[in-house]
Amino acid sequence: MTILVIAEHDNKVLAPATLNTVAAAAKICGEIHVLVAGASVGGVAEAAAKVAGVAKVLVADNAAYAHQLPENVAPLVAALVQEAGAAGYSHILAAATSNGKNILPRVAAALDVDQISEIISVESADTFKRPIYAGNAIATVQSNAAVKVITVRATGFDPVAAEGGSAAVEAVAAAHDAGISSFVGEELAKSDRPELTAAKIVVSGGRGMQNGDNFKHLYALADKLGAAVGASRAAVDAGFVPNDMQVGQTGKIVAPQLYIAVGISGAIQHLAGMKDSKVIVAINKDEEAPIFQLADYGLVADLFEAIPEMAALA
Amino acid sequence: MKVLVAVKRVVDANVKVRVKADESDVELSNVKMSINPFCEIAVEAALQLKESGQASEVIAVSVGPDVCQEQLRTALAMGADRAVLIKTGNDLEPLAIAKLLYTVTQREEPGIVLLGKQSIDGDNNQTGQMLSALMGSAQGTFASQINVVGDWVNVIREVDGGLETRSLRLPAVITADLRLNEPRYASLPNIMKAKKKPLEVIDASDLGVDIAPRLKVIKVSAPPERKAGIRVNSVQELVEKLKNEAGVI
Repeated sequence: MTILVIAEHDNKVLAPATLNTVAAAAKICGEIHVLVAGASVGGVAEAAAKVAGVAKVLVADNAAYAHQLPENVAPLVAALVQEAGAAGYSHILAAATSNGKNILPRVAAALDVDQISEIISVESADTFKRPIYAGNAIATVQSNAAVKVITVRATGFDPVAAEGGSAAVEAVAAAHDAGISSFVGEELAKSDRPELTAAKIVVSGGRGMQNGDNFKHLYALADKLGAAVGASRAAVDAGFVPNDMQVGQTGKIVAPQLYIAVGISGAIQHLAGMKDSKVIVAINKDEEAPIFQLADYGLVADLFEAIPEMAALA
Repeated sequence: MKVLVAVKRVVDANVKVRVKADESDVELSNVKMSINPFCEIAVEAALQLKESGQASEVIAVSVGPDVCQEQLRTALAMGADRAVLIKTGNDLEPLAIAKLLYTVTQREEPGIVLLGKQSIDGDNNQTGQMLSALMGSAQGTFASQINVVGDWVNVIREVDGGLETRSLRLPAVITADLRLNEPRYASLPNIMKAKKKPLEVIDASDLGVDIAPRLKVIKVSAPPERKAGIRVNSVQELVEKLKNEAGVI
């Protein structure tokens, strides 16, 4: 059995989610290969070769792959699997990031196999668990496909070590350029705080924050705790903060040691993104808010008094 | 250019589903059903393309049992011109749905196919990408803005770090994210008018597509319960408990 893991990266840095994906691959048992597809990705390939448990790194370095266009990357992955034949790849894994979710279903369709989204555990080489209905049910599914195409929810697996491996690096000569799509530009939010999905502590604000300016109270608390700052959909839709801060079924899925929900009522869709956090704290002035049913520690208080006080004490 | 928009009948977003006692599935009898919220946004986007003169006709399509006609009527009441139901049993996998939708795109040759980014029941987030692969077209997933420019369409996408713009050659498949638009409500007169709009029913078995399930669901279980928490009376008590009892700060 050989497992192909598609590396998540921005052409410069190997994203931490790749380490969680390799951890899932290690649970399946088999030789692990990592594909780094991008442009000028020598550094990323080197980093991937050092990841514990990786046997081989395939590097597809071509301008056509620079922006992870699925029209170009999916045929590359499908071709790698088809060329390897029956003795080749039994599993293709990618992190359930926006790139992974964008590319893998296209790979699966090209190979005419089903795809399994956002697994949270590996039961055996063909059986996996995944949440459905916004995390209100956990399905155990079995696939009999020759090649199992899977996205991995990072919070379900502890990352493998980024150092200690010494995989062989091999160039892939393929260049698929469908010519039907192109990258125009991007607008990435800048932040010095830890990345939301990897942070040990997350402080999130909801509609109760009232406006974007009031998020400064959360930033002050977050900086004191070394935490990342998240938001509910209500806060994003109201324009308080950018959409990449959204935690929930349709935003980011987090599972930090400590999640502090401030002015968040706790809709099903929000809970889907954070209910696997180790300790959940709710601060809300509505004592009937559903978030209190989930919280380990609940405080009924006005957030504008409680948050500065907490920042001073923490 | 025609716009094809796919809609799915799902459990209403506000229903808290429960797992059946025998762990075979979730309880779906006597539960309120609606259009998947992301599909509603896709319908609205299709209607806006028509209203701005970029689309000539909006065709709503659904795959599922007869009762899905209700959701197609809702799409017609919002303003879609006609509807197609591909009649099947329940619970098809995304690849099977994509293959069935593909047969409709071959017949209708739409310039843009709109779908929601994911359905809130299966949470798969696959069908649009798979359909695009079958069509050999470009895909614009998680779209928060759509601008047609000649033979190309610019799509602003919601990605992990922020926003990204891609240009796609038509025909293209676009999947709607939450912030693409605010779907309209169907007015009563439009709901009445929608009853007279054409709704074609095609039996999936006549299409010669392999839709047999490939994934076996072994069981569906309830997520682990969290043990009941406590209320604290002051910020001081909270910070003290986080430091000493939970040890997380």
